[in-house]
Amino acid sequence: ETSVLAKYGGRNTVTLMTGDGVGPELLSHVQEIFRYAGAPIDFEVVEINASTNTPEDMENALLSVQRNGVALKGNIETKFDDPSFKSMNVALRTSLGLFASIVKCKSIPGLNLRHNDVDCILIRENTEGEYRQLEHENVPGVVESLKIITAEKSKKIAKFAFEYAEHYKRKKVTAIHKANIMKLGDGLFLESCREVAKDYPAIEFNDLIIDNASMQMVSRPSQFDVLCMPNLYGNILSNIAAGLVGGSGVAAGSNFGDEFAVFESGTRNSGRTLKGKNIANPTGMLLAGCDMLDYLGHNQHATMIRESVMTVLSEKQIRTPDIGGSATTLDVVKAIIDDVKPKTLAWKSISEHGAYFQ
Amino acid sequence: VDGSRQYSSENRLVTMIPGDGIGPEISVAVKQIFSAAGVPIEWEDVDVTPVKGPDGLFRLPPKIFESMARSKVGLKGPLATPIGKGHQSLNLALRKAFSLYANVRPCKSIEGYETPYKNVDIVTIRENTEGEYSGIEHVIVDGVVQSIKLITENASMRVAEYAFKYARDNQRSTVTAVHKANIMRMSDGLFLKCCREVAAKNKDIKFSEMYLDTVCLNLVQDPGNFDVLVMPNLYGDILSDLCAGLIGGLGVTPSGNIGEEGALFESVHGTAPDIAGQNKANPTALLLSAVMMLRYMELNSFADRIENAAFSVIREGQHLTGDLGGQSTCSQFTDEICRKVEAS
Ligand SMILES: Nc1ncnc2c1ncn2[C@@H]1O[C@H](COP(=O)(O)OP(=O)(O)OP(=O)(O)O)[C@@H](O)[C@H]1O
Ligand SMILES: Nc1ncnc2c1ncn2[C@@H]1O[C@H](COP(=O)(O)OP(=O)(O)OP(=O)(O)O)[C@@H](O)[C@H]1O
Ligand SMILES: [Mg+2]
Ligand SMILES: [Mg+2]
Repeated sequence: ETSVLAKYGGRNTVTLMTGDGVGPELLSHVQEIFRYAGAPIDFEVVEINASTNTPEDMENALLSVQRNGVALKGNIETKFDDPSFKSMNVALRTSLGLFASIVKCKSIPGLNLRHNDVDCILIRENTEGEYRQLEHENVPGVVESLKIITAEKSKKIAKFAFEYAEHYKRKKVTAIHKANIMKLGDGLFLESCREVAKDYPAIEFNDLIIDNASMQMVSRPSQFDVLCMPNLYGNILSNIAAGLVGGSGVAAGSNFGDEFAVFESGTRNSGRTLKGKNIANPTGMLLAGCDMLDYLGHNQHATMIRESVMTVLSEKQIRTPDIGGSATTLDVVKAIIDDVKPKTLAWKSISEHGAYFQ
Repeated sequence: VDGSRQYSSENRLVTMIPGDGIGPEISVAVKQIFSAAGVPIEWEDVDVTPVKGPDGLFRLPPKIFESMARSKVGLKGPLATPIGKGHQSLNLALRKAFSLYANVRPCKSIEGYETPYKNVDIVTIRENTEGEYSGIEHVIVDGVVQSIKLITENASMRVAEYAFKYARDNQRSTVTAVHKANIMRMSDGLFLKCCREVAAKNKDIKFSEMYLDTVCLNLVQDPGNFDVLVMPNLYGDILSDLCAGLIGGLGVTPSGNIGEEGALFESVHGTAPDIAGQNKANPTALLLSAVMMLRYMELNSFADRIENAAFSVIREGQHLTGDLGGQSTCSQFTDEICRKVEAS
């Protein structure tokens, strides 16, 4: 019992990587809400964005995450017109060995969207495939880009997906591929998933080709539960699914390696055009923050904040324009804080009387 | 008698590949509607079942090459790709044989066949010869596979040029290049550079560029914001199916393959073996593909008449096939379209 208390009672320091666009403002709102919720988190703020792109900046950010083990992150813009500028987001993920990405897409009750029965977890291999950035120009005007699929990474992500499904009591894992065309590469991925699936007989397993999966996702999304995919297909399907539940401002994302975890918005957008306008939706980043709290074992805080977010969006209907409302970011943040406050007061008195963790 | 012979000599030849499964039924439906409209074309039916050559390998029969060499335009139903025996996909073989470099799929919401997405009117144009479908893969060491995506300037320029031509010919205002050049900087970068170059020479059409993921996100949120999309092979494969999903699936989505040596229009649904031969199939996808073909042949007034007739039968909802939620047979649906065509 003491160790549980110590864990719950202990504070965690996490790295906060600010990013570009609406990253800094949304992360400051998360900090504020955490403070009101009494979440036992201390943030170590690391300013990192497209203009702090020296090797030292990168090194600093990495060191901070390596020290703390956990980070909450805004997206860093990639300027693709400058060929010397490589994606810092990708560099961070590979340096930290974050092999798995999760995007959670769940319909928020009461939003007036085309589908209201989406509840899927998109699990994506995060380090290889098309994202290895191995490219060369053989002769002028002819470029080859290499996609790398390994049995090791494929099995690892498949195992991660099944473990996730088992832990969160999910029923089905669907592998997504294009093995009819990329017979060796995607074939290896599919084969690896099939093999791992045998170790989890209680969880249903099936597979779908990526083009069919995209069509199914927009027409009958409720058929999906946990999806397991190579890198690029993960990027595609998680954006489709995020679009179905309300877009960039709503979906939460996270990245896991053997040692580190980084939490961020599900669609990894920077939202440049919304910067400073007080209209960005704080939901996705906040839900990512809640997933981080869960990961650190602060489940009560996570649940409390999540419930307040849902109360504000579904019942009080205080919503930003991207999900059909007219509230500002600050309106939403304030409403969440107002909803959280009485709960933390009640909660404090309960825990002071020692009634909480029995 | 003489009159009809004279008339038929002015007809243009079209190669018809009825295909397998429901293919023959829906092909007959299209032919029936075309003759009701008096379209001045003559069909030449060709079976493309592979034949075994002297070397023991299966190949497309010579008849299809002869026919296409004369007609330069074909209409094709679904083909069952035989499993095993080492022959390649027939679709792939046809694509190679006629250098079909661009796949075009217009996806337009169909009134009377409601989906959660309204006002969809998107055309996807997919590079069809290279990219991830180059088929070059190696096992580097056991458990490590490398697949090569090939992007060339020639193929990218060619498809970009076609996209702008299509936009102009079809009164479209904007071409959007879909890419992932933030990750695949050289390959998608080259594709994008080509699109920009072609855009600069086609200033009458608006040009924009978007990341693949952003397109996916926005397509399901605001499909009405998109017009003509041009992209490399894999992205096109995925987005064309996604867009078909927005309007109700492959059963109503037409498709055309544009080549150096001719063009081949086709329905992209499967052979539907479960309903083949039962007069239950929906011929709409093949019919709309045939309508695309008429526009390609600059027989626009026939295209408009047939398309309007098909859309009004669907809108009225009295004679729909099972997949559209009705109880009519393929022939009842077809007869109704013929009546409308004749009355127009
Ligand atoms: N927190 C958010 N709340 C509401 N909408 C958002 C949020 N973040 C992103 N979006 C929207 O999602 C879409 C995609 O965002 P994205 O970040 O790609 O746009 P951008 O900022 O113009 O591009 P970049 O990511 O290259 O900076 C845009 O329409 C953007 O307005
Ligand atoms: N034109 C059509 N009209 C009505 N139903 C169709 C049509 N095309 C497909 N379907 C239905 O959609 C489902 C999937 O069809 P599809 O042809 O892809 O089957 P399949 O078994 O995959 O065939 P194939 O192996 O040739 O791809 C089936 O239930 C079929 O009946
Ligand atoms: Mg496809
Ligand atoms: Mg099929």
